Amino acid sequence: MSEKQKVGGPGADQQQRTVQPAIDVFEDAGGITLLADMPGVSRDHLDIKVEGDTLLIEGGVQRFTPEGLEAVYAEVQVPRYRRSFTLSRELDTARIEANLKDGVLSLHIPKQAHAQPRRIAVSAG
Amino acid sequence: MYESILHHPNSLFGQFERLRRELDDVFGISGLPSSIRSVAQGTVPAINVGRTPGSIEVYAFAPGLDASKIDVTLDRGVLRIAGDRVSAIPADDPKVQVYTRERGYGSFTRAISLSEDIDPSQVQANYRDGVLHVSIARRESPQPKRINVQ
Repeated sequence: MSEKQKVGGPGADQQQRTVQPAIDVFEDAGGITLLADMPGVSRDHLDIKVEGDTLLIEGGVQRFTPEGLEAVYAEVQVPRYRRSFTLSRELDTARIEANLKDGVLSLHIPKQAHAQPRRIAVSAG
Repeated sequence: MYESILHHPNSLFGQFERLRRELDDVFGISGLPSSIRSVAQGTVPAINVGRTPGSIEVYAFAPGLDASKIDVTLDRGVLRIAGDRVSAIPADDPKVQVYTRERGYGSFTRAISLSEDIDPSQVQANYRDGVLHVSIARRESPQPKRINVQ
């Protein structure tokens, strides 16, 4: 969280250390809900990307430390969260809804309309 | 924060440090005394403490809380942060299937012992993007005095 940052050469951003945010994932008839703890991340530092069947969530912690801050004790040392997931086909990635509040990202991925649970009638004989 | 005395967790030395700590846990031998209020690795919420010449800054990474319900008290030099997070997973619903439950819920308390030069009447706290930031002013230390040599 300090003002000082180790700066590498070109491409250093992609190799910046990241930490995986803690998540909760649950599914109901409408789709999958994912909650991720990303404290310190505001909406303009949050990236959610879907490429093919991979969902990637990434967020940077903005530095809002005062001038001349000297670290005394740090349990959080990595200022970037990143985690990716493989989605299954019946999820409709075009209709993902995302909400970020107080550092908690909640994503709801609905199922494709035709993939809603359906009872299948069994014919006799 | 990267220049802190705690080693970078993924560096070679960080890995040895982690191994040493794990062995300490197994054998119970630890050379250095730790704060009497120190907690186990991975205690939630994580805390960072920094210092400027005029203040002590404490950051608690506690997402998903109701700011009005966070309890911050300063008593005899000990800053205590307490709160409660309610689970967002619908409970006991047979139609809901839970795959992953990594986020913590329930009540928490963290206590931090502050240095003696703080001014307890000048404390500010704000909660933004899931980070609770408490700023405690330090009393002005006397400026070094120049002494003339006769």
